[in-house]
Amino acid sequence: MASKLIARLRMPKRLNRSFTVSFLLFVLLALFGSFMALPLIYAINNAFKPLDELFIFPPRFFVNNPTLDNFFDLVAIMGNSWVPLSRYLTNTLLITLIGTAGHIILASAAAYPLAKYRFLGSKSLFSIVVLSLMFSGHVTATPNYMVMSWLGWINTHASIIVPALAFPLGLFLMKQFMEQIPDALLEAAKIDGANEYRIYWSIVMPNVKPAWLTLLILQFPALWGTDGGSFIYSENLKTLHYALGQIVQGGIARAGVGAAVALILMAVPITLFIISQSSVIQTMATSGMKE
Amino acid sequence: MQTETTSQTVQGSIRPMKSSRFAHVMSELKRNKHYYILMSPYMIIFFTFTVIPVVFSLILSFFYFNMLEFPRFVGWQNYSRLFLNDDVFMIALKNTFLFAVITGPISYIACFIFAWIINELSPKVRAFMTLIFYAPSISGNVFFIWLIVFSGDSYGYLNGFLMKVGFILEPIQWLQDEKYILPIVMIVQLWLSLGTSFLAFIAGLQTIDKSLIEAAAVDGIRNRWQELWFITLPSMRPQLMFGAVMQITASFAVADISIALAGFPSVNYAAHTVVTHLMDYGTIRFEMGYASAIATVLFGLMIGTNLLTQKLLRKVGE
Repeated sequence: MASKLIARLRMPKRLNRSFTVSFLLFVLLALFGSFMALPLIYAINNAFKPLDELFIFPPRFFVNNPTLDNFFDLVAIMGNSWVPLSRYLTNTLLITLIGTAGHIILASAAAYPLAKYRFLGSKSLFSIVVLSLMFSGHVTATPNYMVMSWLGWINTHASIIVPALAFPLGLFLMKQFMEQIPDALLEAAKIDGANEYRIYWSIVMPNVKPAWLTLLILQFPALWGTDGGSFIYSENLKTLHYALGQIVQGGIARAGVGAAVALILMAVPITLFIISQSSVIQTMATSGMKE
Repeated sequence: MQTETTSQTVQGSIRPMKSSRFAHVMSELKRNKHYYILMSPYMIIFFTFTVIPVVFSLILSFFYFNMLEFPRFVGWQNYSRLFLNDDVFMIALKNTFLFAVITGPISYIACFIFAWIINELSPKVRAFMTLIFYAPSISGNVFFIWLIVFSGDSYGYLNGFLMKVGFILEPIQWLQDEKYILPIVMIVQLWLSLGTSFLAFIAGLQTIDKSLIEAAAVDGIRNRWQELWFITLPSMRPQLMFGAVMQITASFAVADISIALAGFPSVNYAAHTVVTHLMDYGTIRFEMGYASAIATVLFGLMIGTNLLTQKLLRKVGE
């Protein structure tokens, strides 16, 4: 699939741009590309700057004498804090892993019947999901807080994990992607005596691996970056992002550590995207909304 | 005598029909029960935390509720207070509309234009450029880098640069000056906005049937612009509609960036949006009924704009 795509893209185009237009487009791309990239490059550079370079005037963009001091300082500060760093890291990993894996499994389990069969309520359920893409979570924030407090989930990790499991965009993309699984494949499995759960788990799931990665890349940064919001107030349940935010608030003396923190926070999702890019693009090709 | 018989016949003739319809639904449910079971975990959570809260919020917007006392019905009072007596809400509404009108369309068009240009590059360069443009939107809350750029003292990048060039003599308090706050939040919002829809557009462009373009060239399409309008855009209309939903929803939901850059509340509410207003009443003042009214207005704005845009996009290339 991918190689075919690439082969097609190498084919000469029928309409070619003039040199001037190509040049202008190149300039445009370079200009906006640097607008997008410079803050991130700056963040990377800052993490390796010694303290005196961070406060040089006029401020300098690139690092002169790279050092790992900021990272050592970070470990030192975290080691002295009341709740150890490993605690925050465990909390974040727990939330991120359960939230992401659970979301992929639940969303694909719901997407499979919606994508491949028509039954009572299937259409209206999917329209509700599409409609819910049209408003943000802020709309439901207030009642959600009440629901959480009735369930007794305030100050538990469930308050972050469980709502994330039913992220509507994930179901939408998964369903659109599953539609291209050939019906013959499912029918063959049925004739061989597999039940629906078996078909879902051993036929459908292995065939939608690109969509798993897409759901991962959409869900992971949100959970990785969560600071616990208004639901979590116990210090030992707080997340890495919250702890790092506290360090940065230490002010000017912590500027170097803050830069190290920023690098850690952004490096993980970006690395994931680099690994999964081609799968994500493959999934997004089916993302369209039909009329 | 006669009437009795008639009514009996009528009753008798209806009952089997009713029970057959009911039986039909039941057998339908039973036949597809595996599908319902597969969907149930997701749907239960989805309804609990998305669908029911929306309905609940709508109902609650007609009550006074502070989480402690029993809710008290107040009719339209929350809404009349919101639109007639809340000056801050008017500022929030104005700012939200500015975001929706400026950053919404710009980010949408930018997503498409950059996807279009990037699509022409060789695969390796394309993957790299996709990463460059997409990275800001997944780099978490790293937008606080912009705090250093717009920092109010001479160590701030922009101030440092402008002073070095000699354009200004004194540092400007970018994030404390009402004049600059909103444009700065908009710039950072745009920086973060090449997200899911950008990827959808790149993918959409890659799947366009090349034979269609070749056929069009034979049929007399002469330049890139015609090709774009008559072939490319209509072919990726589904992605365009999906991208529009993503960008519109995001442009109405600006809050985190505003809070991170301009503070909460911002100076003279210069970067206050409907969402920050909602946070103010929902999570700080605990006026849940009033917050629900704000949420309902926000819901109406988002859904209304989205449905309208979907209608407009159906006309692309026709």
